[in-house]
Amino acid sequence: METELTGAEITVRCLQKEGVDYIFGYPGGAVLFIYDELFKQDKVRHVLVRHEQAAVHAADGYARSSNKVGVALVTSGPGVTNAVTGIATAYMDSIPLVVISGQVPTHAIGLDAFQEVDTVGITRPCVKHNFLVKEIGELAATIKKAFYIASTGRPGPVLVDIPKDVSQQTTVFRYPESVAMRSYNPVTKGHSGQIKKAVQLILGAKRPMIYAGGGVILSDAAPQLTELVQMLGFPCTNTLMGLGGYPATDPRFVGMLGMHGTYEANMAMQHCDVLVAIGARFDDRVIGNPKHFFNEERRIIHIDIDPSSISKRVKVDVPIVGSVSDVLVELIKQLKSRKETVDQAALDAWWAQIESWRSRDCLKYDREAPVIKPQMVIEKLYKVTGGNAFITSDVGQHQMWAAQFYKFDKPRRWINSGGLGTMGFGLPAAMGVQFANPGSPVACVTGEASIQMCIQELSTCKQYNLPIKIINLNNRYMGMVRQWQEFFHGNRYAESYMDALPDFVRLAESYGHVGMKIQQPGDVEDALREAFGLKDKLVFMDFVTDQTENVFPMVPGGKGLSEMILV
Amino acid sequence: MRHIISLLMENEAGALSRVAGLFSSRAYNIESLTVAPTEDPTLSRMTVVTTGSDDVVEQITKQLNKLIEVVKVVDLSEGDHIEREMMLIKLRAVGEDRQEIKRMADIFRGRIIDVTDKSYTIELTGTGSKLDAFLDGVNRSAILETVRTGASGIGRGERILKV
Ligand SMILES: Cc1ncc(C[n+]2csc(CCOP(=O)(O)OP(=O)(O)O)c2C)c(N)n1
Repeated sequence: METELTGAEITVRCLQKEGVDYIFGYPGGAVLFIYDELFKQDKVRHVLVRHEQAAVHAADGYARSSNKVGVALVTSGPGVTNAVTGIATAYMDSIPLVVISGQVPTHAIGLDAFQEVDTVGITRPCVKHNFLVKEIGELAATIKKAFYIASTGRPGPVLVDIPKDVSQQTTVFRYPESVAMRSYNPVTKGHSGQIKKAVQLILGAKRPMIYAGGGVILSDAAPQLTELVQMLGFPCTNTLMGLGGYPATDPRFVGMLGMHGTYEANMAMQHCDVLVAIGARFDDRVIGNPKHFFNEERRIIHIDIDPSSISKRVKVDVPIVGSVSDVLVELIKQLKSRKETVDQAALDAWWAQIESWRSRDCLKYDREAPVIKPQMVIEKLYKVTGGNAFITSDVGQHQMWAAQFYKFDKPRRWINSGGLGTMGFGLPAAMGVQFANPGSPVACVTGEASIQMCIQELSTCKQYNLPIKIINLNNRYMGMVRQWQEFFHGNRYAESYMDALPDFVRLAESYGHVGMKIQQPGDVEDALREAFGLKDKLVFMDFVTDQTENVFPMVPGGKGLSEMILV
Repeated sequence: MRHIISLLMENEAGALSRVAGLFSSRAYNIESLTVAPTEDPTLSRMTVVTTGSDDVVEQITKQLNKLIEVVKVVDLSEGDHIEREMMLIKLRAVGEDRQEIKRMADIFRGRIIDVTDKSYTIELTGTGSKLDAFLDGVNRSAILETVRTGASGIGRGERILKV
């Protein structure tokens, strides 16, 4: 007779088969059998976080920085509800995760048992898919499917809910070699006829623009995007999620676009005659008011793996459904086979226009100020790390300054919650990044409000010796909220002042880390050098910054892209 | 515009709530929704009647296709199709009303399927507007109870929705 394994053993064996090296989690009653099996082996290493939200963010940071599936493990009830913010964050940014949750025993489901919640119901709107495993016989195949669904097509989080009795029952373990699902067959190759139409439009363009988003990063298509842009000589912008998809130090890069995008990127977006949208979804933070966007006439090519992203907010002329990398390979091939070239005279004139927009120097700030300007901290961070660090961020002004001033030349180096905008993401995400990239410099750019949302993870960082550098741009305000109140609510700063702040230096020290407080502009660079020199230490750098600095440019909500508030 | 969308999906627990949840979370209209297993017990067939602009309906079909358990989606209203809905209606039937109600049921090709000395229960099948017309035709105060299944639809001729 073949030996039978318990559901818990099968779960761990599946993770081993998937090549999972780290799993981020927190134990509890419903997952005790699974923890017992994790304990008995050492291939899948468990990282104990201090809050389930952090487990999911850490798995997420791991996935974003490595292109592997991130895995988290939480218990039933409050374990799951704590994890929901993390799951929704990953869902909005299309990050491949498998979240395993414990559930009360099958016979207790529906009886309001201790620590029971309808996990599948609660998470349904914020997962790519979820499963409740009711029978041990389905467990291995379900986990296989979960990894497959999470990582193919438009990626996303998949949750597998395992009742406690299922983790205890036994069956013969067989891990399926492959998955075939009649209801799920994501396309990869784009339609070559559509690509031909795109080539035609591109070659006829007078004022072209390439607008590339997170899809470029997710499909590992940065090399193809770079080749395309350089071959055509077109201007290129990246969304907040796409930064690093095209090298920011190249002159063809016109900066990030959108609500806090550069003047030149937003103006070029508004005034181009042919727009090539690549793995981007015309988000409300990107194009502002869609009506205003259509005041100008342009033809749009849209490449995306998700058909429902196409013509959702903006009607397009040439939709191409497929994985960005496959489509770009084909597009480049077709372009190379054509004798015609782009209209160079028109392109030169267009570049002259863009350069005049660029000369507006929209990111300028007072470099001589007697207080620390947050922008300057990011510029120095860029300088000190040689542009080579992994940068995670929280949500707020500091996030926008990091996006504007750290020039990302490589993909998967900029890790932020773009879609959901989750404060508290930065530190746990940095933990996942550090696990996926041991030995690489990892910095978390944050604010004094955001960092307090997952500050407990300083303890996790100590336990696993994660030498993350925390760059706290401390303006004593929920700066982004304060900025909106200043601009749109008559300077009434309702509840946006951060009172009763801890002494972050002593707080960091109490966890066994190094803390630094930096108050003078002249000290910023040296302090950063010192901190990054401490290669095996977490350093909490508390920068006391200008309290009332604002992020510019800004497209106010409901306004058009070219209606920016400029400094 | 009114659209009738048919889909085939895996006959699994929770599949229905994914579809219903999609409509509510994305604020799509839902006029009626019917679902039952097909001749292949691993598949369910669902018919959803919705209203929306062409853009919205395009999004609805794309979003439905995106659900992992949905195997196929067609917008039946894009071509020739047949639509039927069934209604059971219980009417107060006393005195001379009994004759009148029976006559109405005949005109609409309804069948009387339950009789008491005070009531008739009629089964009526047709398009939604036929059922509406029947309701308009009978004396409102005589209606004791109605139950409608919501529309089911099928393509005409060679238009077939199958895996
Ligand atoms: C969990 C969560 N709650 C509330 C918000 C709304 N919000 C966006 S930015 C912000 C302020 C962030 O302040 P801080 O972290 O100090 O960063 P700063 O803007 O000052 O750089 C708030 C409250 C959010 N994005 N996430």
